[in-house]
Amino acid sequence: MRQVFIIMGKEWRDGMRNRWVLATTALLAALALTLAFLGSAPTGAVKTGALAVTIVSLSSLTIFLIPLIALLLSYDAIVGEIDRGTMALLLSYPVARWQVVFGKFFGHLAILGFATVIGYGFAGLALQLAGNDNSDAWSAFVFMIGTSALLGGVFIAIGYFISALVRDRGTAGGIAIGVWLFFVLLYDMALLGGLVVDQGRNVTPQMLNVLLLLNPADVYRLLNLTTSNDVSGFAGVAGLGAGAGLGPWTLMGALAAWMVAPLAASVALFARRQV
Amino acid sequence: MRHEFVNRDTIVLRAVTRLYGRQLAVDAVDLNLRAGECVGLVGHNGAGKSTMIKMMLGLIRPTRGSVQVLGEDPSAGAAAAARRELGYLPENVALHPSLTGAETLAFYARLKGQPVAGNKALLERVGIAAAADRRVGTYSKGMRQRLGLAQALLGNPRALLLDEPTTGLDPALRQSFYEIVGELRRDGATILLSSHALAELEGQVDRVVVMNRGRKVADGGIAELRSLAAIQPRIRFRADGAEIDKFAGWASTPDGRLERACAEDEVAAILRELPKSARQIEILRPTLDELYAQFQKGAE
Repeated sequence: MRQVFIIMGKEWRDGMRNRWVLATTALLAALALTLAFLGSAPTGAVKTGALAVTIVSLSSLTIFLIPLIALLLSYDAIVGEIDRGTMALLLSYPVARWQVVFGKFFGHLAILGFATVIGYGFAGLALQLAGNDNSDAWSAFVFMIGTSALLGGVFIAIGYFISALVRDRGTAGGIAIGVWLFFVLLYDMALLGGLVVDQGRNVTPQMLNVLLLLNPADVYRLLNLTTSNDVSGFAGVAGLGAGAGLGPWTLMGALAAWMVAPLAASVALFARRQV
Repeated sequence: MRHEFVNRDTIVLRAVTRLYGRQLAVDAVDLNLRAGECVGLVGHNGAGKSTMIKMMLGLIRPTRGSVQVLGEDPSAGAAAAARRELGYLPENVALHPSLTGAETLAFYARLKGQPVAGNKALLERVGIAAAADRRVGTYSKGMRQRLGLAQALLGNPRALLLDEPTTGLDPALRQSFYEIVGELRRDGATILLSSHALAELEGQVDRVVVMNRGRKVADGGIAELRSLAAIQPRIRFRADGAEIDKFAGWASTPDGRLERACAEDEVAAILRELPKSARQIEILRPTLDELYAQFQKGAE
């Protein structure tokens, strides 16, 4: 465990040095603030609070941005270090390979978690101080921050899987972008297209649930847009149909599985890999 | 002596073979390295030196045969204890550019379970204490190599594996590098130095192992290798014009001197027979590079 912490600390320091932490936090804070104030302008007279609206727009933003940042942080983690030769030296120390993967994972998760909590939290506080808020939405807001970090963890783990799988960094980068496009854009488009064509003849609600669980971005969307009544009023499409069959625990479980499975797979791949 | 294992084998390779796909990188190599011994591992690029070192570190497993380092199989999970007493300097050492020298060394010291307090002395020993708070990214190649050496020395290792350690070092630093190696050897550590420049190892190592295309083609002290390679010493001198006729069996060199090869035990007799007028007398013994070339030829 000690070795995991040492490697985690090194990753964190690396992140501070090459400005990953600063850049990510600043980006998320700027976007969250923009959405919080511009996005809530039209709701002034409506009963629902600005925070609830912000949750809807922020979680839509998160689905695009967090996986991208997570993949950029992680695709290089294993293949890059092998390429540069730092991995051979690291593994000559009394460190097991799984400790390297876990240490890096917690380090990267800490960077992303910090950026999310500070960046989004800053926007939430600003709304609170501006006074146009109902405090009930706060728990949903905190929940959104937590699940955003979790979504980041999922894509960091997927990034490691790619990194442990391929032979060179360029390929890893290409695949990472492909994975991002697939889960964030193409999957939902294909799913919606399929549903329109099908007209409800073959696709049962259960099948749709399974299809939604197969994409971590959709799981995150369902978690944040349907589990709180206040928010789901604003969420529109995502609140329809599918959410009914999937409780928050199922969804959380699915998200956790999406994190654990690629992480375990990358440990297994890396263990067999030649350095 | 500091270690109790003096004269016991610290690293043992038994019929070790390593294939990369169908390519043979290391072919049935046996090797014993003892405590307090400094061994040179010599071969051209691709002769299997780095592969052998990586197998000793447990980074790759042998396809056939067995590797034992400090009494353990280095690729097994239990080898963590052995790795604590192992120092490794990779060829063209790569370090994390965004950390400073002191941070880099502290990171590796913690991984080895060593107190960070000793790092300052170590940085001084390799001569980069002044640059300790600069980022490694700003270091020159020689400075990175020194920092690499410092991390290999962490925790007074019982076995040091140094892959091409002196490339990029200036002559003064090379000198101090060999001084450090000498100290460690006196303390009873096993040191393996890989190099493609055999000549540089002369006077620094107890034994040389010559590799060619994955095979061990020679293993012994430098004097021993000389007699094995059967390259004879040559005697050369400048004779007066009148005397030249007396030395019919001798060849003449481009600069007008006479030269002949002979067995080692004939040298004294031949020298006695040289005329008084002989000048510029030289005894040429094969250099290590000639030896090396001979072994390479013999192996083909």
